Amino acid sequence: MKRLLPWIILGVAAACIATSWLPSKVAKEDFDFSKVGEIPVLVGGRMKPLDTVARNSLLIIHGKQELRLEDSRRLSAMQWLADALFNASVADQYPVFVVQNADVLGLFGWQQSDRKYFSFAEFTPFLKQIDEQAAQSDKLEAVQRSAYQSAILNLRNGLSLYQRLKNSIQPEGAENFTAELQGFASSVPGAAKAARQRAMGENFDKVKLDDIAQMIKRYERLSDMAYVLAVPPIEPNGEWHSVGNSLLRSVAIGEIDPAVIEYAIVGDAYRANDRPLFNQNVEVMTDWFSKEQPNTMKRASFEFLFNRVQPFSQSMALYVLAFLLACASWLGSSSILRRSAFYVLLLALAIHTFGLVSRMYLQERPPVTNLYSSAIFIGWGAVIVALILERIFRDGIGAACAGAIGFVTLIIAHHLAGSGDTLEMLQAVLDTNIWLATHVVAITTGYSAMFLAGMLAIIYIVRGVFTTSLKKQTADSLARMTYGVVCFATLFSFVGTVLGGIWADQSWGRFWGWDPKENGAVLIVLWCAITLHARWGGFIRQRGLMIMALFGNIVTSFSWFGVNMLGVGLHSYGFMQKAFPWLVGFMLSQLALMCVAALPLERWRSFRTVNAPARGQTPQVSPAPSPG
Amino acid sequence: MLHKFVDIITSLKLTIVCLAAGMALIFAGTLAQVHLGIHEAQQRYFQSMFVWWPPEGRGFRIPIFPGGHLIGAVLLINLIAAHLKRFRWSWRKLGIHLTHAGLIIMLAGGLFTDLFAVESHMQLANGDAKNYSEDMRQTELAVIDTSGDDLDQVTAIPDTVLRPNRVIDHWSLPFRIAVRNFYQNSRLRMLSQAGEGARPIANQGSGAMIAVEPVTRATASDERDVPSAAIEILPKDGGSLGTWLVSDSLGAPQTFGCGGRTWMIALRPARYYKPYSVTLQKFTHEKYAGTEIPKDFSSKVTLIDPERSVNRDVLIYMNHPLRYRGETFYQAGFQKDDSATILQVVHNPSFIAPYVACVIVAAGLLVQFGFHLVGFSRQRRRAIA
Repeated sequence: MKRLLPWIILGVAAACIATSWLPSKVAKEDFDFSKVGEIPVLVGGRMKPLDTVARNSLLIIHGKQELRLEDSRRLSAMQWLADALFNASVADQYPVFVVQNADVLGLFGWQQSDRKYFSFAEFTPFLKQIDEQAAQSDKLEAVQRSAYQSAILNLRNGLSLYQRLKNSIQPEGAENFTAELQGFASSVPGAAKAARQRAMGENFDKVKLDDIAQMIKRYERLSDMAYVLAVPPIEPNGEWHSVGNSLLRSVAIGEIDPAVIEYAIVGDAYRANDRPLFNQNVEVMTDWFSKEQPNTMKRASFEFLFNRVQPFSQSMALYVLAFLLACASWLGSSSILRRSAFYVLLLALAIHTFGLVSRMYLQERPPVTNLYSSAIFIGWGAVIVALILERIFRDGIGAACAGAIGFVTLIIAHHLAGSGDTLEMLQAVLDTNIWLATHVVAITTGYSAMFLAGMLAIIYIVRGVFTTSLKKQTADSLARMTYGVVCFATLFSFVGTVLGGIWADQSWGRFWGWDPKENGAVLIVLWCAITLHARWGGFIRQRGLMIMALFGNIVTSFSWFGVNMLGVGLHSYGFMQKAFPWLVGFMLSQLALMCVAALPLERWRSFRTVNAPARGQTPQVSPAPSPG
Repeated sequence: MLHKFVDIITSLKLTIVCLAAGMALIFAGTLAQVHLGIHEAQQRYFQSMFVWWPPEGRGFRIPIFPGGHLIGAVLLINLIAAHLKRFRWSWRKLGIHLTHAGLIIMLAGGLFTDLFAVESHMQLANGDAKNYSEDMRQTELAVIDTSGDDLDQVTAIPDTVLRPNRVIDHWSLPFRIAVRNFYQNSRLRMLSQAGEGARPIANQGSGAMIAVEPVTRATASDERDVPSAAIEILPKDGGSLGTWLVSDSLGAPQTFGCGGRTWMIALRPARYYKPYSVTLQKFTHEKYAGTEIPKDFSSKVTLIDPERSVNRDVLIYMNHPLRYRGETFYQAGFQKDDSATILQVVHNPSFIAPYVACVIVAAGLLVQFGFHLVGFSRQRRRAIA
């Protein structure tokens, strides 16, 4: 039984995970939102399923991927988007917009209360005012904005995104769009004839021309507003168009694109609550894609699956479980818990890897392309190295590190995702897979190793100072691991930094430009060099190594996040005011731990016991090579 | 005494002190970039022997921290000296030797680049041809003798010489130039719009209708200073022709006659002339469909070099520069309305150093840590056995 326990724990965890991978069944007489969610569209230069558009938009506007209404009914992102696209007057009543800033509320004469979500309808009287206020703060750099200015700008951006969504598939407020299109289609030939006659100087039917002029005006506005390019190209590599733009083009072509008509039928069916018609036409659309553009459809379906499964949330949960199991394993002597932790970690890593590889497939890019994906990758790299350590040393330390770092980095990634699409298209200068695959991967692997070394140091210090569980053997292995990981970090940070220089030399003509991000990278390399030289020169031993590894955490977090917050230079993508207190908090916590570690060894609970090595005889980790 | 000095200069402690000082400097310099801008912070912190306090221009200053050049030089000396003193060949130390040899190449290359690399810009509108690039920061006072039939004779005076009350006397000119005012960064306004009390600083040319306001120096990386100066022309045979305003933001050069010849004066970005010319055929700026995210910039140019009988079309785009006669042209930017391309032109004789150094250091680290790893796994195996 005891032998089987790790497998049982793994099995239960796997079973919990597996349930979310199975597709949910939709009752026949219900709107098939998952089918709609798979329809591919083009937004932000990238082809993606409507489900992604829904989730990202709701995340930007609402801060969550799900909407809870006042009557505690829950709407999925896709349900909300369907209302916004097809039934705007209903969607206008949903409390989606987050406003917490008292000054912004005061602008509308509202008092701050428990309520923080507001509907579009509530803002309608104030749209002009909001626009004016936001335009003022738009003139400032992100760093210079006050809390009020950032908040009003956020609100404006959310409102404008919402308004653009509403005008993506049909003009907002259209009652019977199918009929409208039919009318448009039938009047186009007559109007074209009238236009020709006018051009030739002949008599022409002015009413027909005026009629169509008004329609064209309506569709021009629609085309200007559209957020989603929903009309697919006929050829797989052609251009996508918005519904408005497609309608304008149809004047010249002579017929309305079938996709526009399909969308119109779907929208009308949705408003009329005609579920069979809705589902039937949605299926017509997905079938068309499967047949005409199988690649596009395959990707969209895969991304839809990826959205639904949420692999990173799943591995996050598993990492926590593994961490707890590993910590618990230090209390007893049997290896059951440690082995369970190891197996759970393997499962977590497998799901994490699935997520990472899926993103690479969807984006057709190396793994790290923005801050979000760097967090995913740092966690992934650190977990792998930690698992190798666990495999070698078999003492639960590697497992605990893997669980902790995996969890924390994925939490960080989760919070970085708030700005919308994490698979966004890359700026021209980043559009090079070679450098993304080498420089960026090497640098982030270096970060992984630095954080892993720091985590090992935390375990050493916490177990040494606060518990009696840090035996000499454990302490020695911890020191060895830390030393090895720092070596690994040095190699990758150095190579990554220099590769970055070479990239800069290739694209800007200068190897080194003292850009803040470059400086951050070189700080890590220097810190590694100092640590290793101090170690080789015998200036530090176990405890010194740990304290330096902890400081490595501070250096690395500065390099990863801190320099982006300065808002200077070529790498300052993604300024994040919200993350600042967290960063400072993390740095302070590391400093505090360093102080704890600086307590005299007699105060360390582990070293007070009999087998404590006295200060002078702290064991050497490995034969110290001369500094060269 | 000498013995002790050698001990210090070759010591590992010095290495660590230098590395730590380097970290502190880089950290402080990075934070300083927020207020000073990248270029100014670079000058003060990294490309200097000392960091000074208070900043220049207050009469006195105290060095408070070693600058980048000093730390780099000491580190380089320390590295070389330690190796000279302790170098003993052994396979076990191969990694360490390689790593440090690579670092020496890298540090020396960095110093070389700092001293000899020249960066400039070439801005071209569609159809423009140029045989010079312009410095991003330095300006020059160009005095042009236009009376020649084919060629203009240009006398370029660097802006570092333009300081109030200086008198510039050059053999090629029949007049002296007295600098009356100089502003490193300024804003020009028509007198009519400048409000009460505004006075021109010149009495000749267009400058007589313009008021000059001094402005604090530009710090953002995409801004540059607009230097302006008032200069008085003093013919060498006596008298004065009056005071002219010269400024980087005045468009066309101003003309006056002196010594029977016609002269033009302009304060303009310092120019680097080339023995070849570059003509912009077309600048392309693609965006991702339905977004403002740039997808690609490219400049199609024609390169004409009569000396080497070259006349060919070249496409310069992101991450694909043009390398020609020791200079490299990069797609660096564009005018806001896509009307012109901006190419960065770099002359860097030691650009190869980091490439070589990187390979050597990486190999060294691999060998060194490889030895550790092998040693470690042997130990483990013995421990388990």
